Amino acid sequence: MSEIRFRQIRHTYGERTVLDGIDVTLTEQRIGIVGANGSGKSTLARMINGLVLPTSGSVSVDGLDTARKGRDVRKRVGFVFTDPDHQIVMPTVAEDVAFSLRRSRLSRAEREERVRTILDDFGLADHRDHPSHLLSGGQKQLLALAAIMVTDPDVLVADEPTTLLDLRNVELIRRTFAALPQQLIVVTHHLDLLSDFDRVLVVDSGRIAADDLPGPAIDHYRNLVA
Amino acid sequence: MTTVGLFHPGTSFLHRLPAGVKLVAVAAAIVAMTLWVRQPWQVLPCAALVTGCYVLARIPVKLATVQLRPLVWMLAVIAVFQVFVAGWERAVVVCGSLLLAVALAALVTLTTRTTDMLDVIVSAARPLRRVGVDPDRVGLVLVMTIRCIPLLGTIVERVSAARKARGLGFSLRALAVPVVVGALLTAEKMGEALAARGVDD
Repeated sequence: MSEIRFRQIRHTYGERTVLDGIDVTLTEQRIGIVGANGSGKSTLARMINGLVLPTSGSVSVDGLDTARKGRDVRKRVGFVFTDPDHQIVMPTVAEDVAFSLRRSRLSRAEREERVRTILDDFGLADHRDHPSHLLSGGQKQLLALAAIMVTDPDVLVADEPTTLLDLRNVELIRRTFAALPQQLIVVTHHLDLLSDFDRVLVVDSGRIAADDLPGPAIDHYRNLVA
Repeated sequence: MTTVGLFHPGTSFLHRLPAGVKLVAVAAAIVAMTLWVRQPWQVLPCAALVTGCYVLARIPVKLATVQLRPLVWMLAVIAVFQVFVAGWERAVVVCGSLLLAVALAALVTLTTRTTDMLDVIVSAARPLRRVGVDPDRVGLVLVMTIRCIPLLGTIVERVSAARKARGLGFSLRALAVPVVVGALLTAEKMGEALAARGVDD
């Protein structure tokens, strides 16, 4: 698993401090991040692949600093957003997955083979020529996930990937996550999603309020918001 | 949800034709038609040719009609203007040519995968690298333009539904302001998602 290091992180938006004193190293395979809205958990997740650079302190993935080696970090870290509509670019399912490979050095045949394999893995093979924006919410999130996983990242960060989904699709995403061999970091309000995770961080007012196994961490979070 | 500008899978001759050939052919056909059509009757053989191409590509009638529907209001305005300024013959020539040109362009998008079109555009833009233009960015602009059609449609649908839910009547301002704000927010989030996919690296 990759080593993700946050060192003395402080981050502000204007005069508002959203993260302060974050000093943590993540090496487990499945890590959850929970916290109330505006607690800073999404900003923390966005720092992992350099989408947000800290105002002070540093973030590194396997020793690669996100500020100086952002490009290399993004090759290792895939990111899935809450609303897949923002992430889906191409008009059809197969094309959107293939879009992620445009800058790779693979031949056209190799790219097509990878797209075919990943669509099979994510149960989207029957939809390969289907208009992306006409898929159901769950299928769109699967497509967004497939489009990231086709690049074979070492780490997958998902920022509230199930917030817009119904229970059936939440279960679909949960099963998909469970089958991923990659290191997985999930920011979520669906606490059930984290029951078999290795570690859960509770973020409150820009600080890590708890860092534990899912059971005690989620109990701490429930007490915090009660 | 709109299906304008979407690829329609198929194996017809037009589907198999290389994207570059189709793009050049459609540009040449539109120029030729614009130069040749001077009389209303000349619109008819052109319309027959375009219809023939749709038949050849096996595009369903409904899908073909959907491509042209957004033009109706614009054509109506142009037709009225032309009738008053230059007569009905000119109105038929201008509106007929415009309709057929859009139909031809739509046929290219219906029979060509965006990826293939993207490859052609990026290759064609490659010489511009010498003057500092990134061909991949030119291709990305094309992709984002195509993507924004259904996305804007969704935003307009959402805003219209919210207006109806609040029992408000039609108001251009009540539609335009939230649609523009929604489009800008979406653009920001899409930019972030593209950055996350390493597009800008």
